[in-house]
Amino acid sequence: MADWKMLCRIEDIPQLGSRVVKSADGDIAVFRTSSDDVFALRDKCPHKGGPLSQGLVHGTQVTCPLHGWKLHLDSGEVVAPDVGCSRRYPTKVDAGNVFLEI
Amino acid sequence: MSKAKLVMVGNGMAGVRTLEELLKISPDHYDITVFGAEPHPNYNRILLSPVLAGEMTVQDIILNDHAWYADHGIRLHLGKTVTKIDRFRRRVIADDGTEEPYDRLLLATGSNPFMLPVPGNQLPGVIAYRDIKDTDEMIDAAKRYSHAVVIGGGLLGLEAANGLKQRGMDVTVVHVAGWLLERQLDETAGKMLQKSLEDRGLKFLLQKQTEMLIAGESGRVAAIRFKDGMQIPADLVVMAVGVRPNTALAESAGIYCNRGIVVNDTLQTYDPKVYAVGECVAHRGVAYGLVAPLFEQGKVAANHLANFGISRYTGSVTSTKLKVTGIDLFSAGDFTGNSDTEEIVLNDAAGGVYKKLVIRDNKLVGGVLYGDTADGPWYFQMLRDGQDIHEIRDHLLFGQSHVGDVGHQGHSKAAAMADSAEVCGCNGVSKGAIVKAIKEKGLFTLDDIKKHTKASSSCGSCAGLCEQILSATIGGAYTPAASNRKAVCGCTEHSHQEVRDTIRRQHLIRIADIMHFMEWKTPDGCEKCRPALNYYLISTWPKEAKDDPRSRLINERAHANIQKDGTYSVVPRMWGGLTTAAELRRIADVAEKYQVPTIKVTGGQRIDLLGIKKDDLISVWKDLDMPSGHAYGKSIRTVKTCVGMEHCRFGTQLAMSMGIKLEKMLFDMYAPHKVKLAVSGCPRNCAEAGIKDVGVIGVDSGYELYVGGNGGIKTEVAQFFVKVKSDEEVMEYSGAFLQLYREEGFYLERTCHYLERVGLDHARNKVVEDEENRKALYARLLDELKDAKDPWAERIAGVEKQEYETLSV
Repeated sequence: MADWKMLCRIEDIPQLGSRVVKSADGDIAVFRTSSDDVFALRDKCPHKGGPLSQGLVHGTQVTCPLHGWKLHLDSGEVVAPDVGCSRRYPTKVDAGNVFLEI
Repeated sequence: MSKAKLVMVGNGMAGVRTLEELLKISPDHYDITVFGAEPHPNYNRILLSPVLAGEMTVQDIILNDHAWYADHGIRLHLGKTVTKIDRFRRRVIADDGTEEPYDRLLLATGSNPFMLPVPGNQLPGVIAYRDIKDTDEMIDAAKRYSHAVVIGGGLLGLEAANGLKQRGMDVTVVHVAGWLLERQLDETAGKMLQKSLEDRGLKFLLQKQTEMLIAGESGRVAAIRFKDGMQIPADLVVMAVGVRPNTALAESAGIYCNRGIVVNDTLQTYDPKVYAVGECVAHRGVAYGLVAPLFEQGKVAANHLANFGISRYTGSVTSTKLKVTGIDLFSAGDFTGNSDTEEIVLNDAAGGVYKKLVIRDNKLVGGVLYGDTADGPWYFQMLRDGQDIHEIRDHLLFGQSHVGDVGHQGHSKAAAMADSAEVCGCNGVSKGAIVKAIKEKGLFTLDDIKKHTKASSSCGSCAGLCEQILSATIGGAYTPAASNRKAVCGCTEHSHQEVRDTIRRQHLIRIADIMHFMEWKTPDGCEKCRPALNYYLISTWPKEAKDDPRSRLINERAHANIQKDGTYSVVPRMWGGLTTAAELRRIADVAEKYQVPTIKVTGGQRIDLLGIKKDDLISVWKDLDMPSGHAYGKSIRTVKTCVGMEHCRFGTQLAMSMGIKLEKMLFDMYAPHKVKLAVSGCPRNCAEAGIKDVGVIGVDSGYELYVGGNGGIKTEVAQFFVKVKSDEEVMEYSGAFLQLYREEGFYLERTCHYLERVGLDHARNKVVEDEENRKALYARLLDELKDAKDPWAERIAGVEKQEYETLSV
């Protein structure tokens, strides 16, 4: 059963940056946008498996560091005209603490 | 509050493009209604010729299907012709009585074909060539009749004639002028074109004036008679003698027209609530018939319809390309010339190649290419840029040197490639796949090709080939943007030059301030503009602007080079390519301790440890105890050296020591792109200085400096820059040149591209000729680098710690 796990303080993730979370499920990338929203995706680009956590964050998208595919952070969907998606994990921020549902 | 109502009359390419631009920048501003007289949604009129020739179907050329209109909430009235505009009550009325009110009206009524006013021009079998209906009629006639006459030897007429010939008809082209395409070609090229069309079986009657069209027994046209008395059979007559802006509706509403609906630079007519775009428009006295200028108009009109009010249309230079498979011709600008102009001509009649370039004041103002049009887009770009060509004049006619481009089997001419040939060697995209995407998806720009096919989206060396394919497929519809005005990325309209200038003029020192001041369209840019902005800030205001690690791509953020499996490569610095036994021992120990799977010697005389996990980077650096080799950055990479006079019996200078001095001076220097140097101790040049950004070659009397060489995507030989005597001068001249490049280069522009843009003379004037400026540039470089820190040592000490630490749950 999935439940909420406390991850870190929001300031532990840089704005427009990310952190990698090691989990039994494999690596999860946690992103923070410029408006302090936090999103989490499986750390693997659907194109060639690039680590999304190492990409550049802009708006609510991340650009994969390997070949420049873009993914929507809120849905995990790849930005058209490319197609594909990466698993999304629910997140929440409560009193500055970041939680991940896993 | 209800939305404002926008009504568009005309459902063609220019109008619908305007709506697309409008929806992009202001999707919810209007409630939109469109009237189209034809029963089809917007289609690519340019590709009617391939449909006629049987190379494509009508379905292939639809640009916006019914679903597109529905998805954007656009009310579409097809098959209805608007017959009246009631400007007083702000409503339009169609022939079937449909009425729609408007707050803003967009007229995109296009043009009407001109029918020669000769007896018989109304007979069945006499048509124009303008839309799907005409095309269908021609296809149908080709099945049932044999003699076709096309009146008009212009682009459209020749494409129609070619299509009818391919459908099996006996085709004669009648033309009033002395040679074909007299408005696009000079006489020589026109005659060459005629010859090759005759070889395909077309017949031509030049300098013939039509007197009348004669009906046969059935009442259908059967013959054509000329003023000189000659008469030939004709079961189908296609009039392609030009178009006239369709201004009837506007004129009936009292909107001022003069050879087109007259508009100002914002595409507004004399009625401020009414805008007009496309072939129906007269802008500064010119009515355009090619799609590229019309798209530019659409973009401006959309901006004003959205109430942004910041752009102006100031007219266009156009180029032409005939879309007849197997015939290659291109013309642009003023190709006739006059007493102020000079011409460079190549005429190989037997080989079927003719090139003429027209030059005024060292600038290209026009040209005609026949038989070999590969360089058409390149010339056109120079023409639009107004680039000074005197430096390249002696080889201008031979085209852009593609020698050295790799990744596409040495091809430099797209036309000569088979459909199966690979254009993009990075992403494995064939010519056929690109052509298919252009046609089926309605692509018009290089960016579209990158997005949809991935061709030229990686290393970019095939961009020129892709542009050629685009221009060959859609003809004059393709217009490259002037290079110095190309937008940085989709987040802004501004060019690199404008951004650089604004940062300096407005003294901007934060990325957010640039985006705010220059009205960025996205909240925090993208992976293309943010690294560029970050570089421009730190290179313009090194003391004030703060580097933003989140605006650097991963390699420069992690200070190591990411590999396909997500591991990193580590290259420690070895000054001038020299190392010691102790360093080699430490490298060997690290390789064993971290089980480094691959150890490789690089082209820049360094050792690369590949396959390091990110978690291990900091401890690997600590154990190596060597500075960063910056093998991952848009920064100084390496100074490659030969053994020089230190050991070599031929050496004339101490190449190793010179190389080490240069490398230490430039340590931690960031630049628009990577920077590589080499120092050779004699002209045998074992360090390969001829393909480096700065190459130094020792001679007995001092050093020769070469700049702008490149050994990568494009092999480019460095150009001689200056001859100097001492080591100190080598440092000063090369330092000043690199500082100039750092201050003026566009992000991701190598020195060879930078010099191609600004000219070697510019760099010489600033560095070699102007001693004061050279010393100032050199002083700025040294001042900026005097506090350079080793990024690995900083990170060992704890800088940017979170980058290297993972979290766990």
